[in-house]
Amino acid sequence: MIIKARNVVKTYGDIKAVDDISFDVKAGEIFAFLGPNGAGKSTTISMMTTMLRPTGGKLILNGHDVTKERDSARKSFGIVFQDPALEEELTAYENMKVHAVLYGVPAGQQDERIRELLELVDLWDRKDGLVRTYSGGMRRRLEIARGLMHHPKILFLDEPTLGLDTQTRNLLWDYVKKLSDSEGMTIFFTTHYLDEAEAVADRIAIIDHGKIIATGTVKDLTKLTKTDSLEEAYLELTGRTVRDESSEANNGLNVRMGARNSRLR
Amino acid sequence: MDVIYILWLRQMKRYFRSRSRVIGAVGQPLLFLLALGYGIGSVYKKAGQGNYLEFLVPGIIVQTLLFSGVFWGIQILFDKRFGFLKEMLVAPVSRVRILLGNASGGATISLMQAALVFVISLALGFHPYNWAWVPITFLVAAGLSVMLTSFGAGIASMVEDFQGFQGINNFLIFPLFFLSSALYPLNNVPNWLRYLSEANPLSYTVDALRYTLIHQSHFGFGKDLIVMAIALVACIYFAVNRFDRIQV
Repeated sequence: MIIKARNVVKTYGDIKAVDDISFDVKAGEIFAFLGPNGAGKSTTISMMTTMLRPTGGKLILNGHDVTKERDSARKSFGIVFQDPALEEELTAYENMKVHAVLYGVPAGQQDERIRELLELVDLWDRKDGLVRTYSGGMRRRLEIARGLMHHPKILFLDEPTLGLDTQTRNLLWDYVKKLSDSEGMTIFFTTHYLDEAEAVADRIAIIDHGKIIATGTVKDLTKLTKTDSLEEAYLELTGRTVRDESSEANNGLNVRMGARNSRLR
Repeated sequence: MDVIYILWLRQMKRYFRSRSRVIGAVGQPLLFLLALGYGIGSVYKKAGQGNYLEFLVPGIIVQTLLFSGVFWGIQILFDKRFGFLKEMLVAPVSRVRILLGNASGGATISLMQAALVFVISLALGFHPYNWAWVPITFLVAAGLSVMLTSFGAGIASMVEDFQGFQGINNFLIFPLFFLSSALYPLNNVPNWLRYLSEANPLSYTVDALRYTLIHQSHFGFGKDLIVMAIALVACIYFAVNRFDRIQV
């Protein structure tokens, strides 16, 4: 098991953003983490990627406890954040370079590795363009290339296809599948596009109100709910009512701000 | 390449790629220098205090360091807002090194701006008392730029948005500047103002530069350096402590 979550809890004051969740992800697996807005997806990813400290429970990445062996855990994963996290005033190449140094890629290997990755995502020709001038799709590709820099065992993708056109989305999932096949990389992603999850994921976990309500393959989930498609199964499990859009923002920001003075890391 | 160096380099590249920032940051002190230096200069002379421009230049250099150093903190808010802070904070690098790399870039930038203001003041007729002391002035200014950049980084780590930073700026930075000895000598001011200025660490930094540049001192250079050293350590501690608590 390359990812082990045991009874993970994250509370903000009285609000339980993540409520006692446990799951395992096998090495080499493509794992989708689905749920309505505000269900706790991003909070869980933030905890797995050491950005947030869990209130309780244990999270093990590649054998490293994310709270106790933070740097080893950090070396085990690459991440593409939900919102872009690039330095716009630097070129693509410079962004890659900063990342390579941050992750301790040996100086002699940096240039070759950067070239290899930028070629993989078809950005080598544009390597000297400022990221400011990049389109949304190009930025995403650059972020994926960057996330792969240090040969991570696990790649986290938090809604990686949000706002991308169909062509770029297809291209992106092609890369991801290729990586999973050729390098045996474990992929952990969230998305609101259920067709993507259905097409790409080996296994799926559905989280709602901070609890995992079902885990399994697409087949397991459709069987469980006696439905024909993942979308039907998902709606059956999470209900058809629209969630308050702001609750995601609450989990991510507002509540944290309110609670920040009382419960800092 | 080292982490600290690459983050420093990133700050420098950012700076030189947006030229408006270079001009913007030097514009304000220049305005002070021209308007006050020439505007008040004649009155100052009549009052028997000597050359006001000479007196003012060290204060304006501190002003440059203060505003560009503290304003540099906005960079942290930018990084938070535009995501790059996350990229840095999830890397397997300690936060102290992340802060050090970025803040050393900020300090270098504010030092360059102060140097530019110094050169302009020479063109306006400023004469250092002794050129041999100019390198020492530079060292003092370097310490000061680290101190003020750290201060800005600490504040930026505490506030959530640009508005908050702006508020702090108005209620903290301007009073700090005006209640220092940057613009007027402390000899003849009312007592309450003198006490406030004497309690303000910035007064000692102005005084130190005034000593190295025009050989005038109110507190004595030794005392200036001691106060500055304490303030420097306090500011660095403040920055590290606050930056360590940022949640993204």
